[in-house]
Amino acid sequence: MTHPSLTRRAALAAALGAGASSGLGVTFLGGAAMAADYSRKKLVVIVARGAMDGLSVAVPFGDPDYLPLRQAIAIPTDQILPLDSTFGLHPKLKTLYALQQAGQARVAPAVAIPERIRSHFEAQDLLETGGAKMYAASTGWLNRTLQAAHPGRPIRALSIGAQEPLILRGPAQAESWSPGGRITPNTNRVAAALMDLYAEDPLLGPALATGLKVEDQANMLNGGKPLGGGDVKAFAVTAAKFLTAPDGPTIAVLSLDGFDTHANQGAVQGQLANRLGIMDDVIAGLQQGMAAQWKDTAVVIATEFGRTAKVNGTGGTDHGTASTVILAGGALRPGGIVGDWPTLAADKLFEDRDLAPTLDVRAVFKGVLVEHLGVDGRLLETVVFPNSRGAPPVRGLIA
Amino acid sequence: MAVDAHALNGAIAVTRFGLGARPGEIEEAARDPHGWLKAQIVSAGADQPAAYPLPAPPPPAKLLIPIASTPAAGPMMGGAPPMGPPIPAPPPFQPVLLSFVPGEPLPTMQAAYRTFSLYQDQTKLAKGDNEARKAAAAPIYQAANEEILARARLAATTPAGFRERWALFWSNHFTVAAKDTPVTVAVGPFEREAIRPHVFGRFEDMLVAASRHPGMLLYLDQVQSIGPGSPTGIKRAGKVGLNENLGREIMELHTVGADAGYTQADVTEFARALTGWTMGGANTPPEQQGAFLYRANVHEPGPRTVMGRLYGEGGDDQARAVLRDLAASPHTADHLARKIATHFVADDPPPALVARLRAAYLKSRGDLSQVAVALISAPEAWAPAPRKFKTPYEYLISSYRAADTAPRDPGKDIINPLSSLGMKPFAAPQPNGWSEMGADWAAPDAVVKRLTWAQGFAAANTPQTPPPDEARSVLGARLTDKTFTTISRAETRPEAFAILLMSPEFQRR
Repeated sequence: MTHPSLTRRAALAAALGAGASSGLGVTFLGGAAMAADYSRKKLVVIVARGAMDGLSVAVPFGDPDYLPLRQAIAIPTDQILPLDSTFGLHPKLKTLYALQQAGQARVAPAVAIPERIRSHFEAQDLLETGGAKMYAASTGWLNRTLQAAHPGRPIRALSIGAQEPLILRGPAQAESWSPGGRITPNTNRVAAALMDLYAEDPLLGPALATGLKVEDQANMLNGGKPLGGGDVKAFAVTAAKFLTAPDGPTIAVLSLDGFDTHANQGAVQGQLANRLGIMDDVIAGLQQGMAAQWKDTAVVIATEFGRTAKVNGTGGTDHGTASTVILAGGALRPGGIVGDWPTLAADKLFEDRDLAPTLDVRAVFKGVLVEHLGVDGRLLETVVFPNSRGAPPVRGLIA
Repeated sequence: MAVDAHALNGAIAVTRFGLGARPGEIEEAARDPHGWLKAQIVSAGADQPAAYPLPAPPPPAKLLIPIASTPAAGPMMGGAPPMGPPIPAPPPFQPVLLSFVPGEPLPTMQAAYRTFSLYQDQTKLAKGDNEARKAAAAPIYQAANEEILARARLAATTPAGFRERWALFWSNHFTVAAKDTPVTVAVGPFEREAIRPHVFGRFEDMLVAASRHPGMLLYLDQVQSIGPGSPTGIKRAGKVGLNENLGREIMELHTVGADAGYTQADVTEFARALTGWTMGGANTPPEQQGAFLYRANVHEPGPRTVMGRLYGEGGDDQARAVLRDLAASPHTADHLARKIATHFVADDPPPALVARLRAAYLKSRGDLSQVAVALISAPEAWAPAPRKFKTPYEYLISSYRAADTAPRDPGKDIINPLSSLGMKPFAAPQPNGWSEMGADWAAPDAVVKRLTWAQGFAAANTPQTPPPDEARSVLGARLTDKTFTTISRAETRPEAFAILLMSPEFQRR
């Protein structure tokens, strides 16, 4: 019998052109990134908050324990969008599936943060600070990336949403934007008075200056029309246009919430399916908005942890461990599943209840930063993800 | 220029501890800032919002036809007659709008539940008819709007701003948010019934009231949790089971905190103890519907061990005993002390202040009036420099207070601006509630949104007081020369008021 993890391993090794005897599901290559022009590259990081159920995103329908564990919330095999003989995507992820078929999307099905935590809030903090442990860092790893990416010539980032997420928080001022602002000539006059008044205010001064600039730009991108908040896809299109604008930021961050499906999770339809539909619309909007620059774009979607392997008593799932990371974008190197599949066999579950992780989420982030943005390997280990030598960058994700 | 300490403390009492100054309030507080605050601590708890009834919206036309008769096809539908035996005509839809009578208390959880249960019946009948479903939900959202407005009007007009802020703190500590339609009707009643009466009582009483309130039981899925070894659990094995959401969040968020050293096993054991805590639903007698109900037949039998303590089988009392010990734990004292200090004084609060609050909690056995007194008495809480950046709700409410007016329209005046600032009322995205950290609310986009809102607000609500006098009245001794000068130079009165609302000292407290 072929163990699913061996299938994964062989497929991945083949995709990466590495020897199948490495014994690792991912190939870790040393050495500096090739000298290349990274100036056109764009990165979108999406934090799926509330613990996204990875087993409903990259559905392991070929794993013999999947159906017995999931029962009523299992996605029926005939509705799954198949990736290979073991995995398929949730039927709501149509855009993602089309991208995968074109070699522009991949999933890593068993990824976790470095510490075993079942608190949403602590786990999100760890995911966003990029620390090896809780409280090891107080700034976000993307903020540190801004400085590390091109020493002396920092790149810029934009947070999409009314609140600034921890992943972008830190000494480098990030831009932020959400729909609904409206600048008038009156605003400009008052704003000028306020800029004076904020001259020595370390919080409000930089925030207002950056905010006004971004708002101006948003209005320009929309042909002068303010954008409403209801249309997810249009929102993602505008977010993408920020990135493609001349001298636009390199990185954008946004959050999707509502993934905490303790009860009535649903399967093909329902609570989780609705959230995944929104996520798929965001991906579609990004692709549309990036237009010609989609080929230079990588999108990474990660969540704080996964959910219990078995359906709970209330048609939902409780806080678990490993979940799925999604990669999409024209910059991706085509390939199969990323990382080992630990299987859902009873003796493989973490603490007898959760999908066990085979890959540290930092390894995926690091792989993207090295290959896509050309972040220096030494800075990656010291500044962006300190104490992460145990999680070497996953190579071969970016073309 | 040396600032008169009394005058400064008056301004701090009203803005840092309270919800911002209404005209004349700082002068009044400055006579005795500590006394002004302490007088707001009353054993009856926080004030209850009073109804400010909105004009009832005209019922949508859709409501006037019996929803379930869709297949019977009146002339409007133009469809074929139904196949098979005739469907008995359902009762025509009668939207039950909860009654919001001026000055009367708002509807109870049980009254709110009746609206929800009607909504459920009608959505079942409406099937796939989206318009009919929307119409059925309208009374629920109308009720939520009434709640949001009543609560904001109380905050905007109360002379006891500290008392209301203290209540809002606890309401956020025990977050119940409108994650779906049933919870939407419960958010207002939850705060009014489980939080407000207990804010100056014993923490344990508030913890028990919050954990047993249908709002919390619905929000954290406890109503669905069934002990696998209970009679119902055995009978419906494989179909029902434990849900550990409430148990986990009580430990992590409401009491001891995530760093208290408990394990997954403790969470599961506590979840087992909590089974049976549920809400009376459609199949219970009317007097139990929408009320807390202990169901022995879903309670997991047997003793439980939580954080090293053994709890004998005690039915309903078993989870209560766990709550009692959680409330008494020094970890809870730590967790609450830090959170209160963070809310009132600084994102990174002085350790001495945290220690004082912790000691007051432990010494008084969780008497929250004593903790409030300790906060008011702590010198660290009166440091002249403001270290808190207002949340959008605090910012909006303090602006209304500065203008000496109150919101009238829940959508335009409250929900829309707060949504665009990332703080939609009754809708905290996660059970840890709204952030207490300034950095979360001062993103560049949020500052621009504040500016555009402040200008619109000032255009509609600028007081007739000369702007420099208005600034002194709103900020007292906290007003800086620089802001004073900028305001004096403004072109128009609304512009001056907008600058006041956007000044660094008004946005902080």
